[in-house]
Amino acid sequence: MDLLHVKRVYKSYGEHKALHNLSLHVKEQSIFGLLGPNGAGKTTLIRIINQITGPDRGEIIFQKEKLAPKHIPQIGYLPEERGLYKKMKVGEQALYLAQLKGMNKPEAKQKLKFWFEKFEIDGWWDKKIEELSKGMAQKVQFITTVLHEPKLLILDEPFSGFDPINTNLIKKEILELREKGSTIIFSTHNMESVEEICDDIALINKSKKILEGKVVDVKEAYKSNVFEIVFVGNMIAFSTALWTAFEILEKKQVDNRIHVKIRANKSSDVNELLQVIVNQVQVISVHEITPSMNDIFIQKVQEVMPETLEEEKEVGVE
Amino acid sequence: MLNKIKLIIAREYLTRVKKKSFIIMTFLGPIFMAALMMVPYWLATKDRDLQRIEVIDETGLFLDAFENTSELQFKDGHEPIIKAKAKLYESDYTAILHIEEISKGSEVKIYYKKQPGFTTISKIERKIEGVIRSAEIQRRFNVNKDQMSKIQPNISVKPISIDVDGQEESKSVAIMSGVGYFAAILIYFFVFMYGIQIMRGVIEEKTSRIVEIIISSVKPFELMMGKIVGIALVGLTQFLLWSILTSVVYSIIMSVFGGDVESVSQTTELLKEAGAKGMENPLKLLKDGVQSLPLVQIFLSFLFYFIGGYLLYGALLAAIGAAVDSEADTQQFMLPVTIPLLFSIMVAQIIVDDPDGALAFWLSLCPLTSPIVMMVRVPFGGVEVWELILSMILLILGFLGTTWVAAKIYRTGILMYGKKITYKELWKWLFYKG
Repeated sequence: MDLLHVKRVYKSYGEHKALHNLSLHVKEQSIFGLLGPNGAGKTTLIRIINQITGPDRGEIIFQKEKLAPKHIPQIGYLPEERGLYKKMKVGEQALYLAQLKGMNKPEAKQKLKFWFEKFEIDGWWDKKIEELSKGMAQKVQFITTVLHEPKLLILDEPFSGFDPINTNLIKKEILELREKGSTIIFSTHNMESVEEICDDIALINKSKKILEGKVVDVKEAYKSNVFEIVFVGNMIAFSTALWTAFEILEKKQVDNRIHVKIRANKSSDVNELLQVIVNQVQVISVHEITPSMNDIFIQKVQEVMPETLEEEKEVGVE
Repeated sequence: MLNKIKLIIAREYLTRVKKKSFIIMTFLGPIFMAALMMVPYWLATKDRDLQRIEVIDETGLFLDAFENTSELQFKDGHEPIIKAKAKLYESDYTAILHIEEISKGSEVKIYYKKQPGFTTISKIERKIEGVIRSAEIQRRFNVNKDQMSKIQPNISVKPISIDVDGQEESKSVAIMSGVGYFAAILIYFFVFMYGIQIMRGVIEEKTSRIVEIIISSVKPFELMMGKIVGIALVGLTQFLLWSILTSVVYSIIMSVFGGDVESVSQTTELLKEAGAKGMENPLKLLKDGVQSLPLVQIFLSFLFYFIGGYLLYGALLAAIGAAVDSEADTQQFMLPVTIPLLFSIMVAQIIVDDPDGALAFWLSLCPLTSPIVMMVRVPFGGVEVWELILSMILLILGFLGTTWVAAKIYRTGILMYGKKITYKELWKWLFYKG
């Protein structure tokens, strides 16, 4: 079931088109990766979902209802450009933000205590934000984002400013929140983390959606049928064993092992190949080379916009 | 929604009121104000600049010509100037006035051991000139002293207004201008001090990047209005505390020094002196002057223009804060906002001279200048009710207008970083759809 349905949304700032006929489906209890280069329109879309700004045309359906201010307490947002009041105490500030999301004070206090203990920051309550490091402040921000247990969590570059240990901590929390029933929209340039935790993705470029689907499906669609085979034995024997269905892309020898990359035709079967070559050489490993999300991202963006990425200088309003 | 605005107002209010600088200002303010009020009192009651002057008159014209006042005592001396000078430090005299000869442009010397003030010297100058003038008139036209005093009448002009019903009322221009000025300056300071705080607050939220988190929970307009109202309450709290503390401090000081016998006797002496000159009792004058003021009208319009002016400018300053990235960038936008305020304070002098003139009339209708200019005019009592109502309506419309503009700029500006904003850009923002 869709938790969020973005329906044909348009948005422009003066002459600048930020979103053009954009539609998305975000399934309930999934992690949805919102990808795209700078200036593609991600932040604008996120701001529309957060009702910070409204679409020029189109609509957003949240839990089968038209998105309205009453849904604000059910959404949690960690913006990319984020900060806290520097002179305010951590606890006071967290309470304030929680109350703005509609929580009452005792409830917010109790939940904050739980999260502060969980993140091992319970000693910080009376510290001012300016006394904390950037990473520490990020922890506080993450807590204030999830504190009210939103149905929908929107995280814009959540790992920026975190060290690897805290990145893992946050990753774990994100997965845990999904288990508990939250849906997460996750916007990032960090493609590794997309492969690691996203169920679905959408790629936006120049105000339009250019790719959408399950991460596994996208990777499947973009695989190039390239395999790498490592073996010990005679290279000539190996190549004679191949028939026209395979094409050698590159080969190299490391010590006595030969690494060969081959591309298979659509009709050809690697199993059959293996049956032939196992008699000729000693096969060490075979694996399919699948494109990383990073490769797909770059390929897709450049395909649509071969000229250059430079054009989108106007990043003021993304 | 109202709950959230309350939360914002509470945060804006409490974080500022709890600041050390607020507490320090709250206590230093009244001491400063009390000092300001005490200085004239202190000047009036301290030992006056008493000069005992020996007059060595070689012309013979000035025998008993100088009248003694509380500050100046003259005594004719009959010894040569050299002797008098030599004896100056042994005598009670503080100075010797030596009139050697009198002709046009001649100099009269005053030798002193106690420096005579500027006013003392000009008083003596005027006196000498007066004596010479009357001596000359007496000589040429052969008139005596009695006849002379008749042609030197002491006249003062007392303005009395007559209303439609024929009711007469005398007014003190000095008091009316004083009250008007004071109210105008208070409004000016309030708008400036707290308006700038709004701007700073907005810039703080923008640079600390918390603003996007907050406006995912509340509307930008709510955040802006919450801030404006919260800071207004801080200002009103400060003023309230100041007036309470000032009156406490003032009354303490008055009870300590006020009962002082000498000062009372000096005051009565002052009154007697005034009475002798045919003037009315100045205290009565003050009392009458204050009573003749339209006090209720002044108070109500002060409250209205005080808050109205703050809201109008506060919204504009909030918009400026939203449009820039740091306080250093505010200059170009501050100028057009501060100019009407500065201008109003500057023309206040002209308004006092002609409180119902064309300039006063138009400036007291224009919402950008009316909070200050109208406050200068109101104490004079010449403002028609329709003028006041029209000016107030225009101020409300002006406030709604600036708030509308500010909200548009604010909404776009708070999420805009690292871009040099021009007026053209701001103009475009007004037409972005929510």
